[in-house]
Amino acid sequence: MSALPRPAAIVVARPAIAGALATAYLSLIVLIPLAAVVVESSVDGWAGFWDAITAPQAVAALRFTVIASSIVVAINVVTGTIIAWVLVRDDFPGKRTVNAIIDLPFALPTIVAGLTLLALYGPKGPAPFDIGFTRVAVLAALLFVTLPFVVRSVQPVLMELDREMEEAAQSLGAGGFTVFRKVILPTLLPAIASGAGLGFARALGEFGSVVLISGNIPFKTEVASVFLFGQIESNNTRGAAAVSVVLLLVSFALLLVVSWIGTRTDRHAR
Amino acid sequence: MAIEVRNVSKAFGDFQALGDVSVVVPDGSLTALLGPSGGGKSTLLRVIAGLETADAGEVLFDGEPVTGVPPQHRDVGFVFQHYAAFKHMTVRDNVAFGLKIRKRPKDEIATRVDELLKLVHLDGFAGRYPAQLSGGQRQRMALARALAVEPKVLLLDEPFGALDAKVRKELRDWLRRLHDEVHVTTVFVTHDQEEALEVAEQIVVINEGRIEQAGSPDELYESPATPFVMGFVGPVSQLGDQYVRPHDIDIHLEPVDGGLQAQIEHVARVGFEARVELHLADGAPVSVLVTRQQAAEQELEAGQIVWLRAHRFHAFAEGELASA
Repeated sequence: MSALPRPAAIVVARPAIAGALATAYLSLIVLIPLAAVVVESSVDGWAGFWDAITAPQAVAALRFTVIASSIVVAINVVTGTIIAWVLVRDDFPGKRTVNAIIDLPFALPTIVAGLTLLALYGPKGPAPFDIGFTRVAVLAALLFVTLPFVVRSVQPVLMELDREMEEAAQSLGAGGFTVFRKVILPTLLPAIASGAGLGFARALGEFGSVVLISGNIPFKTEVASVFLFGQIESNNTRGAAAVSVVLLLVSFALLLVVSWIGTRTDRHAR
Repeated sequence: MAIEVRNVSKAFGDFQALGDVSVVVPDGSLTALLGPSGGGKSTLLRVIAGLETADAGEVLFDGEPVTGVPPQHRDVGFVFQHYAAFKHMTVRDNVAFGLKIRKRPKDEIATRVDELLKLVHLDGFAGRYPAQLSGGQRQRMALARALAVEPKVLLLDEPFGALDAKVRKELRDWLRRLHDEVHVTTVFVTHDQEEALEVAEQIVVINEGRIEQAGSPDELYESPATPFVMGFVGPVSQLGDQYVRPHDIDIHLEPVDGGLQAQIEHVARVGFEARVELHLADGAPVSVLVTRQQAAEQELEAGQIVWLRAHRFHAFAEGELASA
């Protein structure tokens, strides 16, 4: 590797241009629309905002959404890590196909996912059980669409994991489970957290896959996004914006926690 | 603890890493497994540690077979070329790892870790993370971590291979002194013959999955069992079927009995020595090492015709040793 000095102009100019581009792009695509939502929610003042988010149906929808998303993420953390483990560490016929299947929930239109689940596990489905229009159905739909997040964030870290670290732990007297708990898990934690955070944010806002299978029963199976859709249909955009802001805040807080876990670990990981 | 390896074989797919290997490592010794990359020396070390399972043969610790005993119950300390540091733990927690697993009392662990950090000259670094240490420091931490559990055997796989030359030399001397202090049976793998000759009490030369020779550094250098060993532990020139060290060849300006005619290609004076590069009548290259003074007295220079005779050589016939 040579250490030729780079032309100073490029070194200085490149970050400036890149920074400006990134800011402009982020503003156009993300920040301005989000700001518009916040503005819309505050047109009626604090009282209007508070009324909108404390309406019983809104509270029920938000509560159910957050609880359902939390359960889904908890399940994803376990199953996603196991699936990533199997895909990285085990050899079996058809491994590449299985690996490709993991991403399909991203590719399939979510409405199709919801329809399929309903057709299979709904009242007219061939399955011996019927979960149509129940809270369990919402969980199933959310599990389907959030499957790839934890798997895909853990997989590369697991592939890069230093096997000698595990062998060192073994030679120091650690059995299989202890090696996993004390050496592997702490290394995977930032990746698991990041996958979980993305999955959670996705679950909070998920609409397509749940809208059919949940039956949208208020106070029971109605999730926040479907509630919002109802509000918009009945011309209550302000109330819809207010509830959206709550969803945004919850997601944002969680993603902050995830990035904090990431930087805390990264500080001494390299 | 004495280690005995009996008729161990190990293959990875089509690749025979070890073929019927037997070695004895005496209790308390410092043994080097020396050989070229891919020769099987690391595999042998890993089989001893239990990190690989032999296809055939067995390993005995103090006469007891340990086949089937997992690495965590073998009481071995293992040091890896690339340190295998626990990156998410401080130096202190790295060293304490084995003791915590053994559920030793907290104050005992603290005392022991302090002792070890002092031993490896890392006192004052206890709160750092591995990423904040240099390569040499990381490897010393890994050594302290392995020694913490008072292993019966210390196994080191190319421990200095990833370090630069100066640090390598320091750690090499340091390992030698450490062994004099701690006296734990130690086996280290290296492809560097100088490292093996300088540090080890016993050297086992391994090539293509087989033991070429085992012996003291002197034995290996003075009485190599095979041309491979002779070539691996030091420079070697060939005069006909004689294998000769470059400093065992005399240069004569006149024809002598049993001398081979050669022409000088190049004379390089390096400090106290002069290295003379020549070729024989059949074109085969030969290196001769003489003193600077001798080169001056004989007025050796490129193009000159001289006669070479070894005053000490080895001849190998079908693997049998015959030296004069």
